[in-house]
Amino acid sequence: MNAPATPNPSTLHEPVLSVRGLEMRYGDTLIQKDLTFDIQRGDVFVIMGGSGCGKSTLLKHLIGLNRPYAGQVRYGETDLWTADEAERNRLLRGIGVLYQQGALWSSLTLAENIMVPLQEYTEMNERECRELASLKLALVGLAGFEDYMPSDISGGMRKRAGLARAMALDPDILFFDEPSAGLDPISARLLDDLILELSAALGSTIVIVTHELASIFAIGSNSVFLDPVRKTMLATGHPVALRDQSPIPEIRRFLTRGEADGVPPDSRKDTSL
Amino acid sequence: MTSLPAPPTVELLSRSGAVFHVGLSGAFTVGAPHTEKDVFALIDAKPERIVLDDQGITDWDSGLLVYLLRWRRRAAKEGVDVDVSNLPAGAVRLLQLAEAVPERGGGELPKTRPGLFTRVGLRAMNSQRGFISAMAFLGEIALALGRYAAGRGRYRRADMGLLLRSCGPQALGIVGLISFLVGAILAFVGAVQLKMFGAEIFVASLVGLGMVMEMGALMTGILLAGRTGAAFAAQLGTMQVNEEVDALQTLGIPPMDYLVLPRVLALAVMTPLLVIYANTVGILGGSFVGILILNLSPAVYFTQTFELMTPWLASQGLIKGSTFGILVALCGCYRGLRCGRSASAVGEATTGAVVSSIVAIVIADAVWTFIFMVYA
Repeated sequence: MNAPATPNPSTLHEPVLSVRGLEMRYGDTLIQKDLTFDIQRGDVFVIMGGSGCGKSTLLKHLIGLNRPYAGQVRYGETDLWTADEAERNRLLRGIGVLYQQGALWSSLTLAENIMVPLQEYTEMNERECRELASLKLALVGLAGFEDYMPSDISGGMRKRAGLARAMALDPDILFFDEPSAGLDPISARLLDDLILELSAALGSTIVIVTHELASIFAIGSNSVFLDPVRKTMLATGHPVALRDQSPIPEIRRFLTRGEADGVPPDSRKDTSL
Repeated sequence: MTSLPAPPTVELLSRSGAVFHVGLSGAFTVGAPHTEKDVFALIDAKPERIVLDDQGITDWDSGLLVYLLRWRRRAAKEGVDVDVSNLPAGAVRLLQLAEAVPERGGGELPKTRPGLFTRVGLRAMNSQRGFISAMAFLGEIALALGRYAAGRGRYRRADMGLLLRSCGPQALGIVGLISFLVGAILAFVGAVQLKMFGAEIFVASLVGLGMVMEMGALMTGILLAGRTGAAFAAQLGTMQVNEEVDALQTLGIPPMDYLVLPRVLALAVMTPLLVIYANTVGILGGSFVGILILNLSPAVYFTQTFELMTPWLASQGLIKGSTFGILVALCGCYRGLRCGRSASAVGEATTGAVVSSIVAIVIADAVWTFIFMVYA
């Protein structure tokens, strides 16, 4: 591994999520191979890399939507794909996912969207579920929007409502697929703050796919960098440490918008993009 | 309109040894009539260098760039150097940008059509893959049905209510209209033939048996394919595009249980009822013709209708209809869930759902008719 020595006090603990030798393919097309990294409890773990390198695909493998071609995705001690279906569903119940466009169920109101997981996995009655849904909506700043349909609200609000749904079951690990994509810089910043604040309050671990440098440095405490050319990870570690100390020029270039090493930021020269 | 822009002109100004000086003048814009032949003739004369001069280019845009790129490409092949530095500065800069990144290897899709054997092979592999994925879908449905039977089905009651309503009552209008007309058409067609034997009274039997054994179920099935099957495919396809199906899956809620099963059940429950309704309305449509146009008395007509009908014959149509309903739901849901992630994919899914539903309906109809014939 090319990772620089990062002081990470939590490495002593058992990782909540660990990936071992993961290889991802679509049909015969190799996306990424030889991915091995750990996500510790309380980490804000950033999956980064250029466009089209397989960040979102990796996320889908982590949350059990895609089956690995080879290798393991382990929650604690359990491998997601050797476990039986009941066990896998139990593991998945401990995670929440915010999709790129929010992915709210468009035939349900915001409150009903949040109530689906509650009714599915708790014994609460209708009224209690609705109360809890209102609370979650209030936490993301959408109090009073319970009976709106997802199509009635703006993209940023949809993302926040998606966040409320992801947190419905108070998950141990929250996954975010490009949370700030399509938002203006201020809304993006507010969403970052909200994510940090809520995860600190809930004690959740966060896994986030993004290429927003501002977000990466503002909230990332650990990261993995995927390379679209070599089709594997180049490094894992704290983003700031990677930027300042990584011996790999691609990573320094990515994390400084191409300004490291005096390389002109001309992405067009990079035929990999 | 002011005067037309001057046409683009290319002329050889001078040739000093192996260096040609070529002047460009006029408007080099997109769509302007270009004089390619002269250019290629110049290049084919194989000078060492061609120097392009701005001799009064009045206007230029991407058209000039495309033109110059064509020059340069042709010249490069012949080993001729084309010097553009005397042209308008903006055009030179853009040209540099366009040529800065070499064409990406493998970036262009292969344009050649694969050979006959390759195409046949690809088709075969695709249909094999399609077959496997359809079988996997059926397997998953069976598992979901098992969970449902064990009392662990998980869909929202409210969804089921909405689905039942949209599959059943909301289809009454169109199913009624079509059945009525089909009944009337059967009566007319029959009457023309039967009149020759003076046997108009058998029109009643023809319509009655025709509706309950075949047409009621078939028409209902085809209407549901266009109406409900297409809607299922579009609903699930859009959910797939919006990652809503993924969102269900990561919550550990199988889309089969939550989305597919209620749809299949709703159509399975509603189709037989719709078929009974279609049969009734169809017989009414036939009687309309029989009584008003053939002047049969209502009592005689209806007695004759039920004269030859047995419960077994009537239930044949019901059995067919129930099968059709389930097939329509399966095709719609299958196409919807296997939908790609784009708007056009939703369109393809919807079309595919209707086409495969109708094919499935006709095949199932043939199979049932054959079985009934053998066992009767």
